[in-house]
Amino acid sequence: MAQAPAAPPAKGRKKTEELPEHLKAYKNVWVFVELEHGRVHPVSWELLTEGRKLADALGVDLCGVVLGPKAEGTEKAVAEAFHYSANRVYVIEDPLLAEYRNEPYTKAMTDLVNKHKPEILMLGATTLGRDLAGAVATTLQTGLTADCTELAIDDDKSLAATRPTFGGSLLCTIMTRAARPQMTTVRPRVMAMGDPDRGRTGEVVREPLDMAEESIVTKVLDFIPDSDTNQAQLAYADIVVAGGMGLQRPENIRLVVDLAQVLGAEYGCSRPLVQKGWMTADRQIGQTGKTIRPRLYIACGISGAIQHRVGSEGADQILAINMDPNAPIFDFAHHGIVGDVLELLPALTEAFRKRLAVDRMAG
Amino acid sequence: MSQGPNMVVCIKQVPDSAQISVHPVTNTIMRQGVPTIINPYDLFALEAALKLRDQLGGKVTVLTMGPPMAASALRKALGHGADDAILLSDRFFAGADTLATSYALTAAINKIGAERPVDIVFTGKQTIDGDTAQVGPGIARRMGLNQLTYVSAIPSIDLEAGEISVHRRAEGGVQVLKTKLPCLITMLEATNELRRGSLPDVLRAERAEIKVWNAEAAGVEDLGKCGMKGSPTKVSKVFAPKPRAEKAKMITAEDGAPASVAAAAVETLLDADPRLLSVLTKQTTVA
Ligand SMILES: Cc1cc2nc3c(=O)[nH]c(=O)nc-3n(C[C@H](O)[C@H](O)[C@H](O)COP(=O)(O)OP(=O)(O)OC[C@H]3O[C@@H](n4cnc5c(N)ncnc54)[C@H](O)[C@@H]3O)c2cc1C
Ligand SMILES: Nc1ncnc2c1ncn2[C@@H]1O[C@H](COP(=O)(O)O)[C@@H](O)[C@H]1O
Repeated sequence: MAQAPAAPPAKGRKKTEELPEHLKAYKNVWVFVELEHGRVHPVSWELLTEGRKLADALGVDLCGVVLGPKAEGTEKAVAEAFHYSANRVYVIEDPLLAEYRNEPYTKAMTDLVNKHKPEILMLGATTLGRDLAGAVATTLQTGLTADCTELAIDDDKSLAATRPTFGGSLLCTIMTRAARPQMTTVRPRVMAMGDPDRGRTGEVVREPLDMAEESIVTKVLDFIPDSDTNQAQLAYADIVVAGGMGLQRPENIRLVVDLAQVLGAEYGCSRPLVQKGWMTADRQIGQTGKTIRPRLYIACGISGAIQHRVGSEGADQILAINMDPNAPIFDFAHHGIVGDVLELLPALTEAFRKRLAVDRMAG
Repeated sequence: MSQGPNMVVCIKQVPDSAQISVHPVTNTIMRQGVPTIINPYDLFALEAALKLRDQLGGKVTVLTMGPPMAASALRKALGHGADDAILLSDRFFAGADTLATSYALTAAINKIGAERPVDIVFTGKQTIDGDTAQVGPGIARRMGLNQLTYVSAIPSIDLEAGEISVHRRAEGGVQVLKTKLPCLITMLEATNELRRGSLPDVLRAERAEIKVWNAEAAGVEDLGKCGMKGSPTKVSKVFAPKPRAEKAKMITAEDGAPASVAAAAVETLLDADPRLLSVLTKQTTVA
């Protein structure tokens, strides 16, 4: 994408923006189904849900792409892609695709695109999706718009991909009119996930990888799962409690953790806490951290800077606690408490504890 | 390779996004007076390169593509200890998207490598203005370098064997990867804070010559692949996000005591989302 749009460009389409004849055969909307260690990343289902709308708007098929080793998990991913409304799934099963590596995945994806010619290709903006998308787009010499928050079909049937720029202070809409496929990545939790239809099936198209292990330079020596290292799982948490500089001292993080524990929530923070070493980077919420979309987000002593806002405003319900009644967080929170987090956090923990105990006895 | 690795670090000068504002009427960015910084992620990349040089010797060249004013970012990098700096600047590069940016940077890196082959190219994980994380993979692909993204640590490097191993952040865990040099590494945030420059480096940086290469000097072969012309993506519209219509409803209590406010807050939240209680009681074991 254009990196620094200073001003909207001149109106009107130039000749160079017309689609060359040989690219007009590109058709259908594709979604990369991200499969790793036998599990599908939920962003894939979010993308299929969104892809369905685009495919319907264009009157074309929605297709999934599943890459992985011959295994139960791979077959399950194919079946589930149909449940999330794919009409067709392209599958490459090969032992070389067991662990993610750029080389075999890039070959698999570019081969599929060159043979079956999709007009739109969507990937999750995960570490895997971004690693792959950048390499595939460069190989295919096509346009790639990263971290889109809104996708739509334009009058001339091109994809209009909208994304935040300049740290969320602006949005821009980006078009790839003269190249195919039009590639995009979308962050987890940005698009809503539809309900699966377990009865649906569709067409499976299998292709070979045609690659030898000797030709792949990069080797995976080990994989250290996050479950071994206690990494935060913020993106898919139902409830998130986060603390900001209003906590004042590292020992007060305890107050956030206590509330999170009572709620069965995940906890996180604003960026300065990571910079100070009070919390680890995997817990940072915002533009340069995680995007969250919980049912409930409780922000404690966080001012609500734009970089924090873009990662958290998708929450269904936001409660903000801040001493300053004019803090920007109150511009996008649903409920607010003006007061001292150091007093209110323990009170809130206690109030929830009581309320839940009552409910448990009643139930 | 007794002389240590030859490294290039790609850095970008970006507006400090914390201080950007949007003109309420024209919807354009008000850039006047907005300070520029080195893209924060690129500082982690620079530090990673400097650390390797501490261990093994070698050379660190910082490279940026941008307008003439981007020279100040390079000078800053020299002050932190980089050996050499190159500014890639030409009107043909203006308006480049990631594909065109990686094309121009690749030409410059090849040119740097003509003197002595480049062993490692570093980039940041992503920029804060473009924010795409694509330029790194783009360069790797064009140059045929082994691509290592989201690297948090470089536990070993063997120049004799031409091998490197890294920790790469993956979904749900960390991959330990081994590959061959030359390679391209995109560095993850919070891996290593950039060192302060030493006094001699800071003084040297002030007087240092920044090499400026235009398209021709960088050996760019096809101007059609540069800048706006070489960019398949085009910005069709820029606009400010819609502000939320309502401000937060404030929760208060008559006596103002934290316990009363907290109790009111709990009821407010449960009322607003009737399903919340079931989520809570399902998740919570006796706390
Ligand atoms: C490139 C870039 C990327 C960034 N990315 C992110 C990101 O991903 N995530 C992120 O969070 N930030 C990010 N930031 C930083 C962001 O701009 C803000 O600086 C940061 O979010 C502020 O954190 P804070 O609200 O905790 O601290 P502050 O801005 O210091 O605010 C503290 C708040 O606490 C309140 N307070 C103080 N004491 C109390 C008390 N006792 N009780 C109640 N309230 C109290 C104050 O009124 C104030 O509102 C980024 C910045 C840049 C430049
Ligand atoms: N104009 C540029 N000059 C030098 N390096 C750049 C430039 N643009 C991007 N990069 C590098 O590529 C990385 C990823 O950028 P991006 O794809 O814009 O997120 C950055 O962290 C930089 O290291």
